Amino acid sequence: MIGSRIRERRVINGLKQAELARRAGISASYLNLIEHNRRRIGGKTLNKLAEILGVAPVLLSEGAEATLIAALREAAARSETEGRAGAEAERTEEFAGRFPGWARLLTDLARQRAELESTVKALTDRLAHDPQLAASLHEVISTVTAIRSTASILADTRPLEPEWQSRFHRNINEDSQRLAEGAEALVRYLEQAPDARSEIMSPQDELHAFLEEHGFHFPMLEGAGGAARIPAVVARSDRLETEAARSLARTVLEQYVGDARLLPAEVMAEALAAHGPDPAAIAAATGTPMPAVFRRLAMRPEPEAGPVGLVVCDGSGTLMLRKPALGFTMPRSAAACALWPLYQLLTQPGAPVRLRLRQGEARVLALTVSEEVAPARFDRPALARPHMLLLPDPGPEAAGPVREVGVNCQVCPIGDCEARREPSILGRGF
Amino acid sequence: MGKKVILIEDERNIIEAISFILSRDGWEVKTHSNGHDAVEVVRDRRPDLVILDVMLPGKSGFDILQEIRGDAELGATPVLMLTARGQQKDREMAERAGASRYMTKPFSNAEVLEAVRDLVGP
Repeated sequence: MIGSRIRERRVINGLKQAELARRAGISASYLNLIEHNRRRIGGKTLNKLAEILGVAPVLLSEGAEATLIAALREAAARSETEGRAGAEAERTEEFAGRFPGWARLLTDLARQRAELESTVKALTDRLAHDPQLAASLHEVISTVTAIRSTASILADTRPLEPEWQSRFHRNINEDSQRLAEGAEALVRYLEQAPDARSEIMSPQDELHAFLEEHGFHFPMLEGAGGAARIPAVVARSDRLETEAARSLARTVLEQYVGDARLLPAEVMAEALAAHGPDPAAIAAATGTPMPAVFRRLAMRPEPEAGPVGLVVCDGSGTLMLRKPALGFTMPRSAAACALWPLYQLLTQPGAPVRLRLRQGEARVLALTVSEEVAPARFDRPALARPHMLLLPDPGPEAAGPVREVGVNCQVCPIGDCEARREPSILGRGF
Repeated sequence: MGKKVILIEDERNIIEAISFILSRDGWEVKTHSNGHDAVEVVRDRRPDLVILDVMLPGKSGFDILQEIRGDAELGATPVLMLTARGQQKDREMAERAGASRYMTKPFSNAEVLEAVRDLVGP
């Protein structure tokens, strides 16, 4: 029934009946009747509701059956364009009706296949994105070229003077040795590569697995001589499998040690006791730059500082450090929601923001500040890293209005969002 | 009198092998193995043909090619590009930069001879 589907969808989106009614321009009581299937609905109102709920109108009017049929048609059309005709497209509805289980299995397989295809494509592209792999392969191919060319001279040139002959023999011998070493290095690299396992982990993913394992807190790096203990901490972790990830970890830990020097654990504990997790007060009381206070707050143990989240991005908006907290979710690899106040600092690095955020059920207070990591020069602008700290929401009296944000578009239920850059997959899975 | 060819490549044994087959084919071969001053060498030498590797120490083959094409006196010299990457993108880049011909490693000696003979008519 249309009404039940609207209701279900509204609840998924976390919208109140009154709110949905207001945004659709109808009365709450009328929406209530619709939702209980006591009023027929069509045309403009249906389209408006679907738009706000972020789903195709047909999904509301015809339900999942329609989605199943559409997915079956798509699978049939796709295999036809690949030259494998034979699905009885005109009997799709009959098929879906008589064998819904088989039909779902088929559409699931078609979807999985499409996903695998895009993974394969991404891996094929790897040569272009993996400089180490490209360099090893280049070495092997160069050596093969030298061997092939030299061998064919030895085989085809008649007569070949003894001096030349022995020279080319020596070259071939040399190159075959290099080839053996190069091939071995390549095999070793490919075996080690994280892509060989079922889950494709980027160095960033490894770094975050490592940080989460430690709860973003490293007591052994606090105090004098912390920097000297970084290599041991990195070497001990089995989360850091690639050199790229270990190098990222070293950079993060060096910054950790630097921050701990500015704000030692005792000073931090005192400041927290006096001011609570208030970065502005702690920065003023200790004379510490704000970004370091942010990181210190987020990387202290939770019993001391309470739940604190942190996101740091670079000038391209790529998330470099993410510590989720308070139910506020952060995307693992894809870019985040364009409405995060973090990104406002990309255009206005000198204008920190203090704002309450609502993300699904989560409510947080976000504070942002930008850190300049390299000053401006005439051949390039200053390089900055915006930081966004997440603290428990103090409520409207203390912090004003709330902004509704998402995680990223793919998993975002917010319906009519002007910042949306791609459709939500939630609309399809209904 | 043989025609002049400059081979700009950093792999020592490839230099040796290609120099050998081109010399036997009647070419006057000069070799050079870094990117920095490759264009100066071409300018001094005025070859009939340049064989240019894409990956060179100091400067990319694409940059060298662009400089050759941008030079009023050297601009028309035929250039045969060598690369270890057969990707479409590299081929397009070479064509855009003005390569006369593009060859992917590992190539055979016969292919090299055929290409240079084609590029510099009798």
